[in-house]
Amino acid sequence: MKTLVAAVLLLMAGTAAGQAKIVKLQELKKLMESRGENIRVVNFWATWCGPCVKELPLFEKLNAERKDVAVTLVSMDLDLDPNPAKVHKFVAKKKIASNVLILDENDPNVYIDQIDKQWSGALPATIVINSKTGKRVFAEKEMHEGDLEKLIDQVQ
Amino acid sequence: MKSTVLFLVCVALLAFSPAKNGYEVGDTAADFKLKNVDGKMVSLSDFSSAKGFIIAFDCNTCPVSKAYNERIQALNEKYASKGFPVIAINPNSPELSSGESFDAMVKYAKKKGYKFPYLYDESQATVRAFGPTNTPHMFVLTKNGSDLKVAYIGAIDDNSRDADEVRTKYVEDAVDALLAGKAVATPKTKAVGCGVKLKSA
Repeated sequence: MKTLVAAVLLLMAGTAAGQAKIVKLQELKKLMESRGENIRVVNFWATWCGPCVKELPLFEKLNAERKDVAVTLVSMDLDLDPNPAKVHKFVAKKKIASNVLILDENDPNVYIDQIDKQWSGALPATIVINSKTGKRVFAEKEMHEGDLEKLIDQVQ
Repeated sequence: MKSTVLFLVCVALLAFSPAKNGYEVGDTAADFKLKNVDGKMVSLSDFSSAKGFIIAFDCNTCPVSKAYNERIQALNEKYASKGFPVIAINPNSPELSSGESFDAMVKYAKKKGYKFPYLYDESQATVRAFGPTNTPHMFVLTKNGSDLKVAYIGAIDDNSRDADEVRTKYVEDAVDALLAGKAVATPKTKAVGCGVKLKSA
């Protein structure tokens, strides 16, 4: 019984914070393309990317403050390291509350274009999507204070 | 009326054509004169017997660059003698990325035993002309007299994390095709990499 409670607690904690799901491109595309009511902010990052780590608090703040915005942080770490442990550790240590996914794909020359034709593959990159209309904007740069809000305005 | 329509067409074209950033495949490339880690200035025109160049926009600190370092050295090993030497250029501004200074480049090239130039582009004018977006970003050029043409832009191969898992060696395939007098089958590719740190113009 005790172990069951522990397991349930662990599961709950896992879904709340410190967890990152490994996904294939199709699942990520579904998240980006399915229709809904919110604004979806999808950020491509890696634990090894300095500017990505620097801009992360802006995404976390946006995710916490705006009820109409859902932030997804897509880790590209598996591109260099097949072991996702570094990402899990990072997410737990930084207590990241936004949804974190780890993309598990081969052949970047194919999948980068399928995510966004405008993306060169450079990190960081961010896509803002109005899930109601499908309107989206792409930005390939480090975000600074106020930049994300401007991108959100562009899709509204 | 006609001019209004023409104007609108122009506006529409401008709105829909992506901003031109750097060279595309088929463009003529301009030569440059940049400081090498040995302190000497290097231009492509210095290489009179070259048939072309493998230009590598690469840096000291990017983990993707580190993963590819031996593969870049191997490209020079294999192709310099065939007329396609590697010329590495650091595209990052040391003002924006500590660890990319000229002194750090000198140390890095020495540590790695580079047998090819590793150039510092202080003004970033060459970087802006070529338009690499991430490191490492490769540009294969052909040389005909003083005419330099861009034949390939993109990744070294299709697997950053493991050289043994590579299925397609894009740069090698491009240079092999050029050496055989054939067209490059895949002239443009993409890879995940570290964004280039450009000073604001």
